[in-house]
Amino acid sequence: MTFYDRGTILPGLIIGLCLFLSPFIYNGGKAGKAPVPELTPKAKEAKQCVAPKPYMTAWHMQLLDNWRQEVVREGSRYFNANQDLWWNNQFDGQLLEKWRRFITSSDASTPGATGKTYYKSLQVTCMECHSNKSKFCDECHNYLGVSPYCWDCHVQPKEDKQ
Amino acid sequence: MTVDRRKFLKIAGLSAAFGLGGKTAVDIFAPGELFASAGSAVPVATNQKKWAMVIDMKKCLEEQEKGKCNQCMAACHRVHNVPNFGDNIKEEMKWIWQESYEHLFPSQHNEFISEDVKEKPFIALCNHCENPPCCRVCPTKSTWRREDGVVMMDLHRCIGCRFCMAACPFGSRSFNWGDPRKAPKELNPDFPTNMNYPTRTKGVVEKCNFCDERLGVGKIPVCVETCQNINVHALIFGDLNDPASEIRKLLHSRYSIRRKTELGTEPKVYYLI
Ligand code: SF4
Ligand code: SF4
Repeated sequence: MTFYDRGTILPGLIIGLCLFLSPFIYNGGKAGKAPVPELTPKAKEAKQCVAPKPYMTAWHMQLLDNWRQEVVREGSRYFNANQDLWWNNQFDGQLLEKWRRFITSSDASTPGATGKTYYKSLQVTCMECHSNKSKFCDECHNYLGVSPYCWDCHVQPKEDKQ
Repeated sequence: MTVDRRKFLKIAGLSAAFGLGGKTAVDIFAPGELFASAGSAVPVATNQKKWAMVIDMKKCLEEQEKGKCNQCMAACHRVHNVPNFGDNIKEEMKWIWQESYEHLFPSQHNEFISEDVKEKPFIALCNHCENPPCCRVCPTKSTWRREDGVVMMDLHRCIGCRFCMAACPFGSRSFNWGDPRKAPKELNPDFPTNMNYPTRTKGVVEKCNFCDERLGVGKIPVCVETCQNINVHALIFGDLNDPASEIRKLLHSRYSIRRKTELGTEPKVYYLI
């Protein structure tokens, strides 16, 4: 058997392989540490979010999407987790299942499961507490490689450059 | 009786055989019924609000004569983050603006018209038409008329095709040719002027929303409130379905005109002259 052009192919293969593996070698085979959203003093003090924390962690994008739909299309501007969450999620089987598991678990007693009513607004309500967008939103989004375009229109709070 | 699906298919099949098409076919085989099934353009609501505006041009012009009043326009553009792109008319962004009587009411104009209105600056905004052509042409349903009469924009969905701008006979819509946040800084020193309201992006169409964000929390539109605050009361806002509302009383007691009624869009902005 003859191996034509081995002088070019073999080094090429090795270089290619090295390039492919370089990110893994560079990180020493370990995954980068997932960032933890940082709470502002105001958010800490509030103790509860508009919905229970585990729900917000996993499903804040669905919540915001529902809000946008309801505010713009239905003119409904107030949100109460106890009354509204269940109905919103009825139409999404996967979400419903998660929610069912959640409310039957001990997590259901975490803050946020209680029924305070909020004004549905990313820009006004969410960002009032989470005024540290770069630490609270961006770090995680960057880590996951998602770039939500909310901020093309919605005005982000002014942050002190540290 | 209306044309149900089964009957429609029968008519369609039959008419295909005779080489007829569409509305003609229905007219021949079931005269009058298509109209009945399409329903009336203006729904008869009972408990439903129907927001509308009355502009008392007498009071407005009186105030304008005193000094160049532009309070309503300035307030609207401030709370809704509407930027100023300068003098290039193509890039003009406006939700509420001034236009001469002749331009707003071309068919009501004549060469001997009273000096009271001739070439006078009238206030114009989206008419929140009851039969809005802009909504009929929007391919993404980004713009639609709500039950309470407000013609809304869902800016999350607008693809910027500008069909609505072509369809609106009143020039009520503006297109964002550029990113509003990149509007000239010298003309917009503290843009965005309202940190509680979004801006828009490049490539979407915007217009007056009857202050939907304020109606939602029980307030009246900001232009109306501003005009009240300066004690002019030329703009009046209210519910057309409520016979006891201030606007209904005004429309009952004074002669009013609307823009281009011959087009059948049923504007809900009334002018008292
Ligand atoms: S520009 Fe936007 S709102 Fe207007 S018709 Fe096109 S998609 Fe609809
Ligand atoms: S004035 Fe123009 S934009 Fe407003 S509802 Fe009527 S057609 Fe649509």
